[in-house]
Amino acid sequence: MALPPSADPLLSGSVSSADPMRGAARIFSGLLEARTGQILSESRAWRMETALKPVLRAHGLSDMDALASRLMGHKDAMLENDVVNALLNNESSFFRDLQIFDMIHRHILPRIHAQRSDRTLRIWSAGCSTGQEVYSLAIQLCNDMARWRGWRIEILATDISTAAIAQAKTGIFTQMDVQRGLPVGDLLKWFDPSGDDWRANSALRQMIDFRTDNLFDAHAPQGEYDLLLCRNVLLYFTPERRQSVLRLLARHSHAGSVLLLGAGETVIGHSEDFVPHAEFRGGYGRRADAAAQSGGAMRRAV
Amino acid sequence: MKNCLVVDDSKVIRKVARHILESLDLSVSEAVDGRDALTQCETSVPDVVLLDWNMPVMSGMEFLQALPDANLSARPKIIFCTTENGISHIKAAVEAGADEYVMKPFDRETLESKLTIVGVI
Repeated sequence: MALPPSADPLLSGSVSSADPMRGAARIFSGLLEARTGQILSESRAWRMETALKPVLRAHGLSDMDALASRLMGHKDAMLENDVVNALLNNESSFFRDLQIFDMIHRHILPRIHAQRSDRTLRIWSAGCSTGQEVYSLAIQLCNDMARWRGWRIEILATDISTAAIAQAKTGIFTQMDVQRGLPVGDLLKWFDPSGDDWRANSALRQMIDFRTDNLFDAHAPQGEYDLLLCRNVLLYFTPERRQSVLRLLARHSHAGSVLLLGAGETVIGHSEDFVPHAEFRGGYGRRADAAAQSGGAMRRAV
Repeated sequence: MKNCLVVDDSKVIRKVARHILESLDLSVSEAVDGRDALTQCETSVPDVVLLDWNMPVMSGMEFLQALPDANLSARPKIIFCTTENGISHIKAAVEAGADEYVMKPFDRETLESKLTIVGVI
């Protein structure tokens, strides 16, 4: 992933006046912002040293200042990548916010099923982290396979973190991961033991197209999606960048699409394209006139 | 307030579990083995039982096997606790009637997740 041409993160990392970061930390936060658009919150900034310790070990560096010096000394794409991956928050869990998954299962998917005459279901998880959310969706679909028999199901899952996507692709989760949110019945049905860990079975893994992709220079999404999830992603961005992400999501949605954000996130004040969904509490749909301008109801160009 | 019966022969585990469960607004009672748990269930059925697997007198598996024959007014949800994550071990517990399982040591988030899955919170 290329840096924006105008940004030299090692010189221009933006920080607030109440910035708790000093010296080397400013350099790392600047790199993160330039590469991902994410701003380090104060709470994450305090955890920076812990997050970067594995990077120090892997590259044989003694401390944070040595890491900053190496970054400033010469271009080291691998080191930059490792720093960015370490600073990204990849926290995720299966069926996170159970009521959202309940709504998807009981209301949103049946509604899409009733509306899509071409028998194609398209889902995009933007900011999928290590894959728990999208594997949860795949489990829901597999558990309801009678409904979806004969359908083409396309699930795209993107994240800017190369490490998170590599992890997600393996489908391997620790005991701690599967303890959080995954019902034991689904564990036994859809996962196989893999040493001390568990691995999603091949049927599940093959349903999902995991791609490393940047929401500010997106290449992976194609056409329009029926269900878009971008949960706990916008909170890391400035208001301007939130608008940019929501415009991207709007470009890849249609009049019947449903957008789901994180519990503390909203489109209000950030988007002309989406409005709170009339039926699905906590979900968002395209504003009628905005959807009409972009091509009418339920259109999908793939 | 819903009630959780913590069944474990370890006083420390019962104390840790109680602390977490009370922080999740559950009332907690304790039993030291499966026999003790069965007796308590016959008097008052809890909403959920956090059940250790390896215990003297009556193990977790023996408790699950005895439960259908016990004279209970309702069936509590069962979350069994274990230190083993072998698939055969987990399958055996589920086939015996456990609704969920949790690995020791557990933390608040994990226990909260399991209690949500079984519908207690």
